[in-house]
This record gives sequence, C-alpha cells and structure tokens, in this order.
Amino acid sequence: MTAHSTSPAPEPRERQERLALLARAPEELLEAAWQELPGKPRLTPLRPPETGLLMVRGRAGGTGRQFHLGEVAVTRAAVCLPDGTAGYGYVLGQRSRHAELAACFDAMAADGSWAAEVQRAVLDPAARHVEAEDAAARQRAEATRVDFSTLVREG
Amino acid sequence: MYATVKGGEQAIDNAHRWLADQRRGDRGVAELDLAQIRQQMGRAVDRVMSEGSLADPELAAVALKQAQGDINEAVFLLRAYRNTLPRLGRTEPLDTGAMRLDRRITPVFKDTPGGQMLGPTFDYSHRLLDFSLAGNDDPPPAAEAEPAADGAVTPITEQLVREGLTEPDLADDTQPVADITREPLRLPAGRDARLQALARGDEGFLLGLAYSTQRGHGGHKVYAGEVRQGEVTVSFVPEELGFPVEIGRMTVSECHVLTPEQADSDRGPGLARGYGLAFGRSERKAMTMALVDRALQARERGERIQAPAQDEEYVLGHLDSVHAAGFLEHLKLPHYVDFQAELATLRALQQRNDRDDDGGDQP
Repeated sequence: MTAHSTSPAPEPRERQERLALLARAPEELLEAAWQELPGKPRLTPLRPPETGLLMVRGRAGGTGRQFHLGEVAVTRAAVCLPDGTAGYGYVLGQRSRHAELAACFDAMAADGSWAAEVQRAVLDPAARHVEAEDAAARQRAEATRVDFSTLVREG
Repeated sequence: MYATVKGGEQAIDNAHRWLADQRRGDRGVAELDLAQIRQQMGRAVDRVMSEGSLADPELAAVALKQAQGDINEAVFLLRAYRNTLPRLGRTEPLDTGAMRLDRRITPVFKDTPGGQMLGPTFDYSHRLLDFSLAGNDDPPPAAEAEPAADGAVTPITEQLVREGLTEPDLADDTQPVADITREPLRLPAGRDARLQALARGDEGFLLGLAYSTQRGHGGHKVYAGEVRQGEVTVSFVPEELGFPVEIGRMTVSECHVLTPEQADSDRGPGLARGYGLAFGRSERKAMTMALVDRALQARERGERIQAPAQDEEYVLGHLDSVHAAGFLEHLKLPHYVDFQAELATLRALQQRNDRDDDGGDQP
C-alpha cells in the first residue's frame, strides 16, 4: 500500500532497519549504551541537532488520493567519523540528544571496527525493546477481542 | 473595526501575572507536571494535537498546562508555536492498513476477517462517576491474552470493493496535494483540501454538523463501517539519503462510514463512503470527519445541496476553531471609534423621528 517506490537505487534495507530502531528505541536505552561503550571514536558534528516540522500525509479512504493530515515535529542530527563516514539521526519530536545519539550509532555501525559492538550494545537491545513493546500492546488488544452474539434473528 | 490604542501596559502585565498565579493555584497543592498531563489527560492532549494540527504530545501538554485546560486556547498556542519551526519536508503517506491495532470494530459485520477488538474504550461503560478516583487510583494492569498466529485483518472496504458494492479509493500519486496551510483554500475544494480542513477542524462544530445529517438535514442513512485505533509508522525521505527512513510511530484513529445509495445519479445502486483520520485516540473526531466528508460529497455526486453540512463554503469556512475564536474574541478589543460613529448616527435618526412625531415636516 505504500507508494514510495520511486527512489532509483534499491533501498539499503540494513540501514533503514538500523535508523528505524535507533528512532524507536527510548533515548535512555541509547544513552546508557553510549555511556557504557569503552574507547569511543572521535565524532564530529556535521550538523547540530535541528528540530523542524514534517507535514504528515494520509490517503483518502486509507488507499486513495493523498491529503495533508497535520504536522509532526522531527529532530535531525548528522555526525562524521574521522575517515568521513557520516551518520544520521532522525527522530519524532523535539529530541536533540536522541537524534545526536542515533547519528553517532549510525556512523559507528557503518564502520567495520565498530559495527559488531554497536549491534551488541545498542541495536540488539533496541530490537528486543521494540518487539516487547509491540507484543505487549498486541496482547492487551487481544484480551479485548469480542464475539458479539446477535439476540434477534438475522435476515 | 477596532481602534489601535496605547497604554494599559501595567494593567496588562498584572492581569497576566494574576492569570499565571491562578494557573498555579494553591502552592500547597502539588504542581501538575507535563508527564502527568501527557499520560493521565491523554484524550485532551490528543484533541489539542488534532485541532492544533501538530502531533506532538509533549508540546500539546505544555499548551494544555499553560491554557489551564482550555482546549481552544491550547490549540491556539500550539498553532502559534508551529509557526516558529521550519518545515523540513513531508512524510510518506501513512499506511493505515498496516496499523498495529489497539482497537478495531466493524459495526456492520458481526464476523469479519481479523475480528473485532474493543481496545481502551469508553463504549459500554456506565458513565457513573467513580468517586474512588478522589483518592489514590491504582487500577489493576490491563489484561493480556496471546494473539492467534494468523492475525490478518482485511479492511471491510476491501471486501465491499471486491463484491462490487462500493468503488475503490484509488491512489494517483502524480497529482499535486493541496496544502491549506500554504495556500488559501479555494472553492470548490478537492477532496485533499477538504480532508485537511476537516482534520484540523473543531470537533464540536463538526459533531454538530454530523449530527444534523443524522437527523435528516441533507443526510443519508449512515453506518460506521469500520473504526480503528492504533500505531502507524511515520517515515520520510531525507535529502541526504534519498530513501525512506522510519522516524517513529504515532497513534491515530481512523473511521470509514457507509451510506447506501439506491439510485445514486449515474453510478447505480451501491455504497458511498466517507473517511476520517485523526491524531491520537480521537475517535469521535475521526467519525465526525467521516460523516461530514460524506455529506460534502454532495456536489461531486450530483446530489441536491439542501442543508448546511453539504455546503462546502459554509462548512470549510467556519470549522477552524482558531479562526472562529479569533474573530469572536476580537470583539473584546476597543471598538470606541466605530461605536461612537454608530451612536452619532442613531442619535441623529432618533432626533429626526422625534421631530416627525411632533408633526413637523410633512413629506
């Protein structure tokens, strides 16, 4: 149902998944992982965190013509490693520190010497957190599943 | 027209100081913190986000606190703040079909693929005041149950389209999308501009209009086909990456309404539909939006326009609470000059009438 297949190159799934996890994980999880990582690389800000607005689009009837539903705040940040590898962070809301941490981890994950460590310390716990959150919500919804029986004769 | 005036600075400062003092209230009572408002006054936060047209619970909570719970004032504050932030772009269209459902009801079908889940709803509650809330409220945690492995949920509109009972909503992403925050609304409005205006519109105004259609003022027999609440993914394409990136999730409410049309102009018998989508758990808003969206299809469906809810100029021109409150409340600004002119006219007319009554000049 998504209609964003116009980008020319195939979308780099791994990075999309990483950025999604970094955005969805709680800031505290990223901060704790950051504090615990020993001997971090030198990261230079490419762009200080900046908050702005994105206009959210919906579709008429869920599948039809696009329309503008309203806006969300988004905070973005960009950093780079000494070798120039760039990392980006984009998170919903006014969350400078969160966006900055996401950008740092994104850059490090793109670097061979850090990738495994970032996976272990951040991305794996973030994935577990997000899955647990989704599972808990699904279970709460399931407990409200209803089977109405009709008391009058149908038809 | 109101007149520009000078002076009164001290009085205005003191009035605002009193207002802030009143907002805080008795210093012996704990102050509300923003997390409390966000979490425990969530439906008010959602309404402010929805009409403020900015889905940010933290900002909406600040607005509500500052406005002392006055929803309209909080909406105004949020709209004003929004003007201070740069627009960085737009999101990809939300895929509500992929929503992680907290709630999904299909009032028109008892059994439907995916079934029905009530979610956190006020429906079926007895609306009795719960005085235990005067004390410390510590309810048991929400119940949980293991979902079935096959949880596929088919939107009911999809079933109805397959059966040929209603027309599909087809995407045409080559068309530009109207943005009434950038360009003034032009009439007749496309459905894109109409849905945007309705999404920002005042819930009370839209509720009254939706109700009027149900009572027969330009209305149709209406059914709520499907109502959903849950989380959707928000993604956008950053310039520097060139592919869509998920930036988080947000809760939305969605509603499809159906109206049976026995002889619908040249389209033959079938179901017409209306659509509503709103930030947060704003189900009543989504439903009113869907009903009014359907009523406003009158022109494009060739129906006779006979009631306010079908009149695009009337509805879209008056649904915005910030515009409406602004125009109403400007009456409180000094109108001395205008009013003096009115009085001078009235006095002159009265004097003339008095002279006429005295049997003065005959025509």
